[in-house]
Amino acid sequence: MISELLINAFLVTIMLSIAIALIKTRTVIFTVILTSAYSLVAALMFITLDAVDVAFTEASVGAGISTILFLAAMAYLPKKEEESISSEFIPAFSCIILGGILIWCSFDLPEIGQLTAPIHQHIAPEYIRGSKEDIGIPNIVTSVLASYRGYDTFGETIVVFTAGVAVLALLEKKNSAKKNKSQPKQKIRKNA
Amino acid sequence: MHNNPILRISTKILFAPIILFGLYVQFHGDFGPGGGFQAGVIVASAFILYSLVFGIEAGKKLFPPNFNLILLAFGGILYGGVGIVSMILGDEFLAYNILGSSPQSGQHIGILLVEFGVGLTVSNVMIALFNAFASYDKIKEK
Repeated sequence: MISELLINAFLVTIMLSIAIALIKTRTVIFTVILTSAYSLVAALMFITLDAVDVAFTEASVGAGISTILFLAAMAYLPKKEEESISSEFIPAFSCIILGGILIWCSFDLPEIGQLTAPIHQHIAPEYIRGSKEDIGIPNIVTSVLASYRGYDTFGETIVVFTAGVAVLALLEKKNSAKKNKSQPKQKIRKNA
Repeated sequence: MHNNPILRISTKILFAPIILFGLYVQFHGDFGPGGGFQAGVIVASAFILYSLVFGIEAGKKLFPPNFNLILLAFGGILYGGVGIVSMILGDEFLAYNILGSSPQSGQHIGILLVEFGVGLTVSNVMIALFNAFASYDKIKEK
């Protein structure tokens, strides 16, 4: 129990320091790297909560591929973020108020791992009991994700697909301009 | 990066094991942590690593963009198709029980196909996004 507390305190300290560093830094590449590090610590946090599948996703998607995509997109940004001129008082104030409300609400949440918590009473026992018989695979997460909640995962896949197609459609405009490079410049500008 | 021998050789060594690990995560998702989303990202990272080290043109030669777009759509179609097939066989949309001889084997087949569809879509979206961002640069300069 005490070791778990120590690990959690350690991870939260790292996360907090990364978050503060993220606010302070003005260099884009540091922001990207720190975001990646934040995701990695979040993945460790999920492991301490015994959510290995989520941790895996966070490590591969959050810390891995999104960092690469950010770096690829970063090439089109200026190297440094501009110093903001507007006052920082109002955003900071609203963040503190909202954070205070959230912390206050968290006192009403049931303890982590408590069996009488509403989340463990609703439909989860059905899934845990039924997974072995209905689906016949050991990983309950996969059976919930792909079978019990197949619709939701279908929706997620379509969301990924749509997002990819949307970004491609936005960037493809320039590509069609590239194909006409033998033509005079003015014509390209018209096409684009 | 093209002339750095350490990067070139380690990429060549790492490429196949990354893909192998991706396939392991993909098809072992029933038994351990993993599944389509994670596996798709891992497989995509192998191709992106190749593009990063050998250049975007070499990456496109290895994995043609047209093929990439076809697979991107095919993942979603495969997922929906499993649902349609189960409807045609006389059950509800995405009810896998009817796909096999017993309910459990039907579930196995359904989950495997569905996860494969997710993996295909995710990996190809990632590769396509990276290619789009990486080739955007040259266009902008012209």
